[in-house]
Amino acid sequence: MKERWHALWNLIRALARDDAYERYLAHHARSHPDRAPLDRRSFYLIEQERKWTGVARCC
Amino acid sequence: MRKVLWILLSLIGAFAVGGIALNRGETLNAMWIVVAAACIYALGYRFYSAWIAAKVLSADPMRATPAIRLNNGRDFVPTHRWIVFGHHFAAIAGPGPLIGPTLAAQFGYLPGTLWILIGAVLGGCVQDMTILFLSTRRDGRSLGQMARDELGPIGGVAAILGTLTIMIILIAVLGLVVVNAMKHSPWATSTVFATIPIALLIGLYLRNIRPGRVLEASAIGVTLLLLAVVGGGAVNAHPWLASLFDMEGIPLAWFVIGYGFFAAVLPVWLLLAPRDYLSTFLKLGTVFLLAIAVIVMRPEIRMPAVTQFIDGTGPIFGGALFPFVFITVACGAISGFHALVSSGTTPKLIGNESDVRLIGYGSMMLESCVAVMAMIAATLLEPGVYFAINSAPGIVGATAEEAVATISSWGFPVTVEQMRALAHEMGEATLFARTGGAPSLAVGMASIFASAFGEGLLAVWYHFAIMFEAVFILTTLDAGTRVGRFMLQDALGHVIKPLGRTSWYPSVLITSALVVAGWGYFLYIGVVDPNGGINILWPLFGIANQLLAGIALCVATGILVKQGKARYAWVTGLPLAWLAIITTTATWQKIVSPDVRVGFLAAAEQLADKLAAGALTPQQAAVAPQLIFNQRLDAALALLLTAILWVVIIDMLRVSWRAIRGLPVPPSSEAPAVQLAEVRS
Repeated sequence: MKERWHALWNLIRALARDDAYERYLAHHARSHPDRAPLDRRSFYLIEQERKWTGVARCC
Repeated sequence: MRKVLWILLSLIGAFAVGGIALNRGETLNAMWIVVAAACIYALGYRFYSAWIAAKVLSADPMRATPAIRLNNGRDFVPTHRWIVFGHHFAAIAGPGPLIGPTLAAQFGYLPGTLWILIGAVLGGCVQDMTILFLSTRRDGRSLGQMARDELGPIGGVAAILGTLTIMIILIAVLGLVVVNAMKHSPWATSTVFATIPIALLIGLYLRNIRPGRVLEASAIGVTLLLLAVVGGGAVNAHPWLASLFDMEGIPLAWFVIGYGFFAAVLPVWLLLAPRDYLSTFLKLGTVFLLAIAVIVMRPEIRMPAVTQFIDGTGPIFGGALFPFVFITVACGAISGFHALVSSGTTPKLIGNESDVRLIGYGSMMLESCVAVMAMIAATLLEPGVYFAINSAPGIVGATAEEAVATISSWGFPVTVEQMRALAHEMGEATLFARTGGAPSLAVGMASIFASAFGEGLLAVWYHFAIMFEAVFILTTLDAGTRVGRFMLQDALGHVIKPLGRTSWYPSVLITSALVVAGWGYFLYIGVVDPNGGINILWPLFGIANQLLAGIALCVATGILVKQGKARYAWVTGLPLAWLAIITTTATWQKIVSPDVRVGFLAAAEQLADKLAAGALTPQQAAVAPQLIFNQRLDAALALLLTAILWVVIIDMLRVSWRAIRGLPVPPSSEAPAVQLAEVRS
């Protein structure tokens, strides 16, 4: 039961992109273990800028 | 066994559609529509989309998608298909499918509902899925780039020009909807105003206090928004505060214009991004709630199946059933704008080509389902009430007495007392002539919500619905202005180099101002127009949106033919042909029709004659020259839009012809095939 709730919570976090930073850290650790990753705030700001540079919302 | 189930489902679907179409009783239960929709979507998804994925697109589950090949942990990330589905749906779902069906309800519930269902299953879903697939095969290239690569420079330029035009008109018409919902409504105005500081607060929270914690910030924001709705009631009850927020249309239009400009030039984290988080949560929550309420309540549809206004004399917008029901429903059945989201952001998240079916076809089905619910919410109102809310004073008469007399004379009885009681229940001074669709939808939603979740809170539900619509209309307004600015910077950068630098502040200010001036102009004219402005702007928006869909379908059809799949080209070719017919017919009528409620030029002519003859009041005469100019401009714009579509169609036919004859054509821009096994090893 507890696992189910945990899975649901993870799904909600993924849907809201609440977990974007953790995903980035995991990916960064795999591909560039030699370089320091961005901190949470810089990552958030860069991501927002990227997201809103294209068409992200419709009519 | 499975076969029996599907046959049973088809029979139930056919029975429900027949029931909707042939019902001649006083009312019809909304469940008929819900069941018909569910069966049509199920059949379309199970059979048509599967066939398209397998035969037409040849989706290959063993082929590595760009998210796998180019995974960078940021924009290219292989993501679970249900999560991509959620993101994609949140991106494509906007206010359009709520407003279009509400306006199209003037023809009765039947024509709009049928087009929402059939148009989505055979057109809109197919377009979204095909473009999503083609863009995935091309590393997430945009529609404009694909048009340029696959058809040639003409197609590319036309796609960009079409996108910019639709953006301008779309924002103007949405701005007008918000202005009309706030006009002389202290409750709505104060609530909508309050959403701005709330968004700023959430923006600061997400940047400075708890960076990137989207869920908790959204939870705080949504709570504050709900408090703002209740707080708006307190403002409304307070005489001095109420008078402060009781505003005319024109100052509200200036407010929206100013807001749009600041939202476009401020950093995205401050206003745009937090507002988007809030609007997404509200949108998903409200749509979910509405679906539950419709199923729990099973409301009766009071609008007739078909009204007399199919002849083109409708009060909400002029024009006959064909082609205007298709133009008006717009996004709920097929929306060109979706092709822009389907090419670009979403393809970079797709982990497997077989997911395209769920994400492309499935999201649009859900969007169409939202349109069906909007249609139900609009048609469960007493038809007389629906027309009283949605008809402009220029059509039915300026006073309440005149309006109810006109509307009752059409066979839709309504009384002043009834409207007054309804307005009182909703916490408004009046509900007459609240054109634009948002208020009547809010009344419909409020009555469903109130009967499902508690009668006493009608006014709160009404303003919740208004706030919900306003919040995501303003999000589209911010995001659209920003996209328009980028496109303009890109285009102007070819002429004046520094303007192309997207983050150079003078360029940001100049191009944002130009885009805002573009839509601000149409918004302003819409507000001063005594016929309500929606009558002009919505059809123009519908034409522009269907035109963009036409361009997307041209790209898809051209690519299919080039790939040697000409025998399947009808899958995108038939919807394209249909869109070409309806947009061209609509444009033709909007330009040459002698009916002043349809033809732009006829309306300009009539107003010019009246002005010359001195038959106008001084007030009318003051704005007449602007209105005359605007009608002529609209005619030119409609002509330009349709010309763009035909240029792309001819270009596509030229490329297809050459491909079939074996003559040289632009090479395929598809990324080389890489097998999943190769990437993993």
